[in-house]
Amino acid sequence: MPNVSLLKSLARKDSATVRMFIDDMPVDVPTDMNVAAALLFCGVTACRTTPVTGSERAPFCMMGVCFDCLVEIDGVPNRQGCMTPVREGMRVRRMDGARSVA
Amino acid sequence: MQKTYDIAVIGGGLVGMAIAYGLAKRGQRVVVCDGEDNSLRAARGNFGLVWVQGKGGTCTDYARWSLHSANTWQGMADELFARTGVDVGFQRPGGFNIAQTAEELAVKVQSMRQLKEAEPALVYEVLDHDALAERLPAIGPDVFGAIYSPNDGHVSPLYTLRALFAAFEQVGGEYAPNQRVTDIRQLGSGAFRVSMGDTSFEAGRVVLAAGLGNRDLAPMVGLSAPVKPLRGQIVVTERVKPFLDYPTIYVRQTVEGSVMLGDSAEDVGFNDGVTPDVLADIARRGIAPFPILKNVRVVRAWGALRVMTGDGLPIYEASESCPGAFLATCHSGVTLAAAHCETIAPWILGAERPALLDHFYAKRFAA
Repeated sequence: MPNVSLLKSLARKDSATVRMFIDDMPVDVPTDMNVAAALLFCGVTACRTTPVTGSERAPFCMMGVCFDCLVEIDGVPNRQGCMTPVREGMRVRRMDGARSVA
Repeated sequence: MQKTYDIAVIGGGLVGMAIAYGLAKRGQRVVVCDGEDNSLRAARGNFGLVWVQGKGGTCTDYARWSLHSANTWQGMADELFARTGVDVGFQRPGGFNIAQTAEELAVKVQSMRQLKEAEPALVYEVLDHDALAERLPAIGPDVFGAIYSPNDGHVSPLYTLRALFAAFEQVGGEYAPNQRVTDIRQLGSGAFRVSMGDTSFEAGRVVLAAGLGNRDLAPMVGLSAPVKPLRGQIVVTERVKPFLDYPTIYVRQTVEGSVMLGDSAEDVGFNDGVTPDVLADIARRGIAPFPILKNVRVVRAWGALRVMTGDGLPIYEASESCPGAFLATCHSGVTLAAAHCETIAPWILGAERPALLDHFYAKRFAA
């Protein structure tokens, strides 16, 4: 089954972007996106693996319910991407399984 | 034609389902009458410990009863898995009761010593900080010590309930949800007519396992269930990598990685909400022994109402005025589930009442 994002950004009057980093790769995304939207926009098809089975997950509900868009943001693990607006210089990392507490 | 059953179990929580499954797998035609979704449900709000240590300080038979169930648990978990494919996650690596201070540990040791004198099977070890840190590396530097008992374990209470439902239906049990029982009366034939508003059915025996609902149901069949709600609040964190291989009384990590923090005991009537002050206290009492939890995010918190008698002990009773009517109520529906399935169900079917249950008649409250 293809899992290429069908997300298409709407045409904007203002083409302002912020530069953020996804797994250290610089990307420029529209200023009013949230992190989950930015991941889809950049073609990320899996942003985390689950703690129990290790299967891959990507943003799904986009409204704070499914917890499938958990990512590490600026060093803080398990943040809900869809509930976090993008910001200049933000560093987003893929979550591999459960976070460590140590 | 009106349906009839061998046995009607009133209440589809952990107590009711463990007994109902125990009855149905022994060949009885059983119906479970369960309340509405918004009924008070201790079974969906609890912590998931299968716990023995420290129980029965005022009644050693309660410790023995809890131990009997804990010893029976693995067998029930295996049987539920074989029947339903649901792994309830039962683990019994032993459990820790952590003491922050020397005084706290001394009190716990005193209680455990007395229990073991009365019942040698209630084994335990006393650990100082260093011995504790060897087994629980995440323990904080300020913790004084702990008591460890190999008798303790934990389980997923929600999977347990789900597995009991599946196993019950598999052995032919019938589940009647959204049925708030309004009346129970014994007919001339000896059978019971159970009414839910306008509808009713007959059953040869009835088992009251409706938790706090038993208070109103018991007098209908000549029994008494003086139970009151006692609220507990629980905090659950995001999933984190395994760091805690054993359950403790206030903190345990589930197999999925969530950390559960509890518990509180509040006398607030039928209010099952949460309050910031109690949640903050629970968080403090979880972080004190395990400082690494201080940056872990909380994802959910809830309150649930325990089913408590005046002395905290269960009631198991057969009605004298309405033979065939039984009452079972306790606040440890998880720990005691295996005993309910393998010992209480046979008693309801006519086996001799175990002497171990002699203390658990409701008449102890009559004075």
